[in-house]
Formats: sequence, C-alpha cells, structure tokens
Amino acid sequence: MRHDHLLTARQLSREDIEEVLDRAAELDADPSAARERNAGTLLGLCFFEPSTRTKMSFEAAIKRLGGDVVDMGSVDSSSVKKGESLADTVRVIEGYADALVLRHPLEGSAKMASEYVDVPLLNAGDGAGHHPTQTLLDLYTIRETAGLDDLTIGIMGDLKYGRTVHSLATALTNFDAHQHFVSPESLKLPRSVRYDLHEAGANVREHTDLEEVLPSLDVLYVTRIQRERFPDENEYHKVAGQYQIDAETLEAASDDLTVMHPLPRVDEIAPEIDDTAYANYFEQAHNGVPVRMALLDLLMEDDQ
Amino acid sequence: MTEKELRVSKIRSGTVIDHVRAGQALNVLSMLGIDGSSGEEISVGMNVPSEALARKDVVKVEGRELSQDELDVLSVIAPDATVNIVRDYDVVEKNRVERPDRVTGVLACPNRNCITTADEPVESAFAVLRDGVRCEYCDTIVREDIAALIDG
Repeated sequence: MRHDHLLTARQLSREDIEEVLDRAAELDADPSAARERNAGTLLGLCFFEPSTRTKMSFEAAIKRLGGDVVDMGSVDSSSVKKGESLADTVRVIEGYADALVLRHPLEGSAKMASEYVDVPLLNAGDGAGHHPTQTLLDLYTIRETAGLDDLTIGIMGDLKYGRTVHSLATALTNFDAHQHFVSPESLKLPRSVRYDLHEAGANVREHTDLEEVLPSLDVLYVTRIQRERFPDENEYHKVAGQYQIDAETLEAASDDLTVMHPLPRVDEIAPEIDDTAYANYFEQAHNGVPVRMALLDLLMEDDQ
Repeated sequence: MTEKELRVSKIRSGTVIDHVRAGQALNVLSMLGIDGSSGEEISVGMNVPSEALARKDVVKVEGRELSQDELDVLSVIAPDATVNIVRDYDVVEKNRVERPDRVTGVLACPNRNCITTADEPVESAFAVLRDGVRCEYCDTIVREDIAALIDG
C-alpha cells in the first residue's frame, strides 16, 4: 500500500489488493504476528451513522494488533450535536489517534476529511459513495472460495445506492472477472460507476432477472434494498421483495456457487440457505477482522 | 474582425471572447465572476450571425486582460470560444479556450447529498471529462446543461 488514506476502491491496484489479502492471510493464520509493531496504536473511530460490523471489526482488528480505540461515540453525544463541522471534528480527533476511521452520511465526506488530517484516514462508508474496506474483505472471501481470476460474479439488489457494490465493482476491474449486475430498472448502477467500468474496459452485463445468469455464476453477491436511501417510501415498497433468494431459487445454480452478502440482511436471503454449502456471508463478515488488521498494519507501516 | 461583429462596439484594451455558443454569454460572465460590480465596461452580443456557428454570442471586457487559466474554465460551456487580447484597438494575442483537467470553485454539485453542498470548508472541484464534468468529491457526472451548475 502506497497511500496516505483509503478513500475509494479506485485507488487500489491489483498489487495493493494482493498485498492486503496476503497480509490478511498471514494474520488470519497467526493473529499475533503483527502485535509487536502495532502495540499501543490508537485508532480513532468517527461514526456519524450507525454501524455494527464495520465498527466492531475495526475495533477487534486494532485490539488484536495490540492497540486500542478512541471512539467519538454517537453523534447525539458529541460536539457534532452542537454544530461542529466535520472538518473541525476530524482535526481534533487526529490529535488523539494514529489513524482515523470515518463513516458519514454524505458522499465525498471522507475525501474532504482527508484533506484536513495528516494521519491515515480510512473511509468506512460515505453516503451512497464508497466502502473500500468492505471491498477488501469481500475480495478476500472471493479469493478463498471461487478465486479472483476467471470469475463470473452476479451482483444483485440495490446497485444505485449500495456503496459496497460501487467499490466492489470498481475493484474487480483489476481482475479477470465477468460482472453481471442484476437489479430493478430504478436501482441500476449510477453513471459514475458505469463510467469507471467502461474506462477500465470491464466485462459487464446488466439484467433485471436473476434467472438469466444464475446458472453461470461462481459468486452471487446479494445486497439489501436500503429503505433509508429512498427519498420516496412508495418507490421503496414497489421494488422491495423482488430480489430475494431461497432454496428454490438456487436449484438453478451451480453446486459450487458462493452466496455473499455484506449484511445486515432483511429478507433478501431466506434463512434456509444459511446451513447450505452456498452460504458464505457469515465467514465474509468474520473476514472483516483479519483484513482490517492487515490494512491497518500496512498503513501504519507506511506511515512510520 | 468583420463588419458583422461590429454590432458590438470595439474595445480599446481588454479581452474579447468570441464564438461563444448562442445563449451562453451571460453564463460566460457568471463563470468568470464578472458582474460589472468592479466597474469594468462589458459589452455583450447575443445571437450574432456567425459562419462557424450560425449564431453565436460575443463578450467584450474593457480594461481587463483575462488569463488563459481564467478563460479555460469556459471550455465546459463554450468549447468553441476564441479569445482575443486587445491593446490600443489591436489584437495582440489570439487564443482558443483549452479544456482544463479540472475546474474548482466555479460549479456547484447538483447532488444534495454531496459534502460540497454541506456547511463545510470545502471548495467544489470537478474533473473535466471528454463529454461532461465529474464531481471530485461525490463522483456525480453531469453531461447535460452544465451551465445550470454555475455557482453564482
């Protein structure tokens, strides 16, 4: 990794990704391998939106590395409530920590915040923009199951507002991947992601019906249709429920299919799939710890 | 300069921005931040007959030589514009606007969920694409009616 901050998946080259995934595999096998060099490192958590997996896995990662967190806490109990700007908030917290993790509801917030701090800043989700650390754990999971080259992946659900999708689709352009995007018309990929995929010469196709592509897939990445991203409640109800999978759906799938989901799910994946060989979403969530350990280890190494 | 262009009076010294797409003259001034408040004499010709564009706009700013960098931002709304620097009624420099890599502080992002629209100390910045502009913060790409984004 040769970056001061991690803001979008566009920054990541194949070499960057492989470096993180290789380090993650080392730390997965021996979580104490990087403890000595990271002991005492403080990670500043700035979460302006709710988070369970991302926040807790960052916390677990830095603690397993021998460090600790300083947590801004909820927005309601912080100076943000008094009207403090994001720029001021991160400038204050960088004085308390060696690196910052930011989640914020506005797109571009991580980029702006990074312009105000000298310590490494990791984007843990900026509105409907990007979520590059999720992408790294997604790629780690794919590499462990289907492999990253000669991959046929279906990405389904909320492609318009889903930040995990935007980052994953972009990062996959570094690999020999055929990407099939499955969504209702109203939730197709945004123009900016299409532009990046086109510029990268990516092999992509769009569908409204999963049946068209399911048998050919190595990986099916399901995302939640996010209620909070819809300005209009009626539109949400119109499309919700159209893109759910259950055991019957997967009868048409290859036996080797890996089903992934960034979680939380609502009803996109029926619980009956959880105990099948297809299900990989809980392992995927667990992979957040070694991958974030690797990322922090590499960023702190470069920041020395 | 042809007789037709003389519909807008000649200037003694300053900048003539010619071959502006018809209807964009006021947007050109807005993009340059010129509103007459600092006393410049400004002449605007709209829908002037033109061989190259059929109809064009012309903007003349007396007493001020605009730099190439200032003028290049116009390329996103007036890609065919030509620029003449005039001194004592003579054209001493003739240039085209060139597409810059980025424009800052001139356009406002149309995405209401973009950090540049919040109450934060951040200036808008757009990368200039072949066929539009892209917000460097939220990635929103605008291809149509870029003039509507002029922050003024």
